[in-house]
Amino acid sequence: MSNVRVLVGTRKGAFILTSDGKRKQWTVNGPHFGGWELYHLKGSPADPNRLYASQTSSWFGQVIQRSDDGGKTWSPPGTKPEDLIGPDGMPKGESNMFLYDASAETGQPLTTHQWYDGSQRPWEFKRVWHLEPSLTDPDTVYAGAEDAALFKSVDGGKSWKELARLRNARGHLWQPGAGGMCLHTIVLDRAHPDRIFVAISAAGTFRSDDAGKTWRPTNKGLVSKYELPDPDAEVGHCVHCITMHSSRPNVLFMQKHWDVLRSDDAGDSWHEISGNLPSDFGFPIAVHAHEPNTVYVVPIKSDSEHYPPDGKLRVYRSKTGGNEWEALTKGLPQQDCYVNILRDAMAVDQLDPCGLYFGTTGGQVYASADAGDSWTPIVRDLPAVLSVEAQTLK
Amino acid sequence: MVRVVLPQHLRTLARVDGEVTLDITGPATVGAVLDAVETRYPMLRGTIRDHMTQRRRPFIRFFACEQDLSHESLDAPLPATVASGVEPLLIVGAMAGG
Repeated sequence: MSNVRVLVGTRKGAFILTSDGKRKQWTVNGPHFGGWELYHLKGSPADPNRLYASQTSSWFGQVIQRSDDGGKTWSPPGTKPEDLIGPDGMPKGESNMFLYDASAETGQPLTTHQWYDGSQRPWEFKRVWHLEPSLTDPDTVYAGAEDAALFKSVDGGKSWKELARLRNARGHLWQPGAGGMCLHTIVLDRAHPDRIFVAISAAGTFRSDDAGKTWRPTNKGLVSKYELPDPDAEVGHCVHCITMHSSRPNVLFMQKHWDVLRSDDAGDSWHEISGNLPSDFGFPIAVHAHEPNTVYVVPIKSDSEHYPPDGKLRVYRSKTGGNEWEALTKGLPQQDCYVNILRDAMAVDQLDPCGLYFGTTGGQVYASADAGDSWTPIVRDLPAVLSVEAQTLK
Repeated sequence: MVRVVLPQHLRTLARVDGEVTLDITGPATVGAVLDAVETRYPMLRGTIRDHMTQRRRPFIRFFACEQDLSHESLDAPLPATVASGVEPLLIVGAMAGG
């Protein structure tokens, strides 16, 4: 029988939750890296025991951690004794060095981006929000950074190189959202190996069809009436999350700051599918593992009231690819609930029926083993949850 | 020989208990101590000072002999008692509400 491993990043460490395929009994392991912010952990699709983690701190900066045994042990890549080379014993890896590439050959001049007040500020690395391992190579992994940039490692996270041409996509007009100017979503496409989608707050979505050599904004159809002076500007939109089903790579779903949207042409154009949602503000969006037209969101009341409408924690599911949504409430608190669910904090497994997982800023991780029909908390009292990823282990 | 006390999170990252001792070649300065720390414990590169600018991270402080050395030049000589190992150099996470 398959097992499930759920990787949870929190404000004060990482937790690994494991269960068999029934998903009824769970083992909680952690905290790993206690006291640090774990923005994201994710396993390699090509080697599920290869895990990457972004460990960060306002005090001590960014550290990348890697596990090669499914989370039992961790090391910053490139700092094990066997990684040491040279007479001075210096490591060949600099796993936490994220330097923007301003070189003439491959880089882009490191200029400025827009600040909250419309003035220009210089780019400055702060942290890694998201790690996206390659679909085929365990040693290749992408990192989405704040200030917004995309980095790539081809040596298991030992060293990183920026795919700097992304900043050429009108980077001077990008601006921070409330959480900072972060590249938070990276979507890879098994059908088009050179295609990469990224999403940035607050810049929008961008697509490369040549493995990151060139990029273009893909925001046609997005309207940000209250956030931008030009509501349908080419860039500047606060996209919170995008997702896709691997069987239908031209169909993307988006949770924007306000509005839930869909693209049927790989991001070339978008149309709204908010339909009957009680609020179309929210952070995560997910697609069912086996039904590419079944989509999940968690409505949040507003951009300043980051909690569910009416104090009721409800996941909304559309089986029609949008517009027609049903509330999923069984097992979720339906009164006095004022938590938030952050953009990277919802995931699906690959079992049948499909399992769903989400974590809250109140420290709960909820699981559904029946595609969202009913929910149970795996844990209730973790630190605020930043990210949730699910691995299905054969 | 210089004694250095790292903050708890960096001790965990470097996998050391208690204070560390380092041999410094040349004048004993904060910069020389940081060079030695980062050579011995490469996983600490970027955690105390910025990779690119080599400036102290904002929430890191350097204390010794009941003095705050955080704003001294990295090339300024350490107090003689620190340089001789009588007193440790404290690398501290700033008190910042965390």
